[in-house]
Amino acid sequence: MELNFAVQKKLDKFFLDMDFVIKGDRIGIFGPSGCGKSTLVGLIAGLHHPDRGHILINGQAVFDSTEKVNIPVEHRRIGMVFQRPHLFPHLSVKANLLYGYKRCAPGERKITLENLLDVLQIGDLLHRGVNNLSGGEKQRVAIGRAVLSNPRMLILDEPLSALDDSLKFQIIPFLKKSCEVFSIPYLFISHSLTEMRIMTERVLNVVDGRVSGQMTAEELAREVMGKGPTPYVNLLHLNRPRRRDGMSAYRWGDSEFLISGDGRDEALYELSSTDIILFKRHPEAISARNLLKCHVSEMFEMGNRVGVVLMCGGEKLVAVIMKETVNDMDIKEGVEVYAAIKATAFRELG
Amino acid sequence: MATLLSLPFGFAVAYIMTYKKFRGMVVLDVLVNLPLTLPPVVVGYLLLLLLGQNGLIGKWVLQPLGIRLIFSWKAAVIATSVVGFPLMVRSIRTGMETIDKQLIQASRTLGAGWLDTIITVIMPLSFRGVLAGSILMFARGLGEFGATIIVAGNIPGVTQTIPLAIYEYVSSPSGDVMAMSLCLVSITISVIVLVFHEWLGRRMVRVD
Repeated sequence: MELNFAVQKKLDKFFLDMDFVIKGDRIGIFGPSGCGKSTLVGLIAGLHHPDRGHILINGQAVFDSTEKVNIPVEHRRIGMVFQRPHLFPHLSVKANLLYGYKRCAPGERKITLENLLDVLQIGDLLHRGVNNLSGGEKQRVAIGRAVLSNPRMLILDEPLSALDDSLKFQIIPFLKKSCEVFSIPYLFISHSLTEMRIMTERVLNVVDGRVSGQMTAEELAREVMGKGPTPYVNLLHLNRPRRRDGMSAYRWGDSEFLISGDGRDEALYELSSTDIILFKRHPEAISARNLLKCHVSEMFEMGNRVGVVLMCGGEKLVAVIMKETVNDMDIKEGVEVYAAIKATAFRELG
Repeated sequence: MATLLSLPFGFAVAYIMTYKKFRGMVVLDVLVNLPLTLPPVVVGYLLLLLLGQNGLIGKWVLQPLGIRLIFSWKAAVIATSVVGFPLMVRSIRTGMETIDKQLIQASRTLGAGWLDTIITVIMPLSFRGVLAGSILMFARGLGEFGATIIVAGNIPGVTQTIPLAIYEYVSSPSGDVMAMSLCLVSITISVIVLVFHEWLGRRMVRVD
């Protein structure tokens, strides 16, 4: 998908002025609350009317003030999932799901109800009223309703921010899977860096109604964490653990992580970059249960610290050390180091 | 009949006042609510001036079409409609204001045009307001006296409403029994309407 956006819009005291072209199927829009993210997606979806400018999706104008083009919201085929599910309370789950499908031109109906029920696992909810669903079920139905309208793209406007942590990480796989299986490109809006890194490839950083930069989710993480007090956090997707001495052993590239506790079959772990201790030589004895032999592939500045990207058996890990430590240990790109990590340093998300 | 006739207009005006932003909103608001604050006799007199043979509408619109409204049952319907209209609009508007705006946005992004959204989302979700507005207007219409007697008169069998008939019977020396009978009819109608309103309201809560 290619999104070409150059729009000015004044809303009371807020002024949005953005000009960008972004390509990708998993695009993120990142920024603090009130920076204009939701206004931006409202303009793309057609819920707000720009003062001037143009919006092109894959080369087709949905709005152009000079050419007098303004495709009505119902004809833009842009599905939306909101912060809260916003299911129609007077309709059943099935009627909610089919609301957009029935209004989609027959030639555009590539996703059917049967396909969707498999992916979202909501088959047993079909005949229930929407007021009898749990928070997670409601959000899955809301995702299904938007997907089943067979949109050319989806706008996910902070769809996880109203959910608690455990529910959030239950919904993410459904969200990702439905977009992947049905090949729907999406714009994902959030102020959460973790969500941005999980859900997106390229990210627009929005500040005060303007785009301050365009980067990969990883670059954004390095930039934001470099400026803030929170150290860089590694996100690790791990699966199929073996149980060993009361711990879970997860395969990770050519290596293995020993993590305390009974980990899930499919798990997402956080590992703080400051919880990784580097050794220039193999330490003879160490209490940490994980010792990985790595190569330094890249180094980047993070304020008064340095991020060290470690390549371990085809996988990447970022450790953060003080600038003085770099000189003391003579760490540079290409050198071999050992990374020690305690089994208790991993934090499971969700 | 006044309630049924006013319903589409009441819904349209409530929709405009809830969802549309435009200059002159205050003027519309005042115009709609004016009959609520004006004495009904004043409303009746203004209608008489407007719809009468020399009135703006009476002379230029109704007469060329051969329509005569004043002192007919149609005038009673119009008077009742005008007097009860603000109550209906207020109730429907209150119902519409409780609908989450993002439900409407969701409907539009799912491919529904504005008319489709009104029919499939706004109407069902504001139904309670519509119902309450209709009942209020019906009740107001049942008691309407001042405006009706001015524009429709008090012609038995043609424009005489229950309150007008009661007034007439009370004024005549032997009309007490008939006046009391009509009072009982009024009470019966009111009770039936209120019970129906309550039953429908409870039924809707169960469906929710």
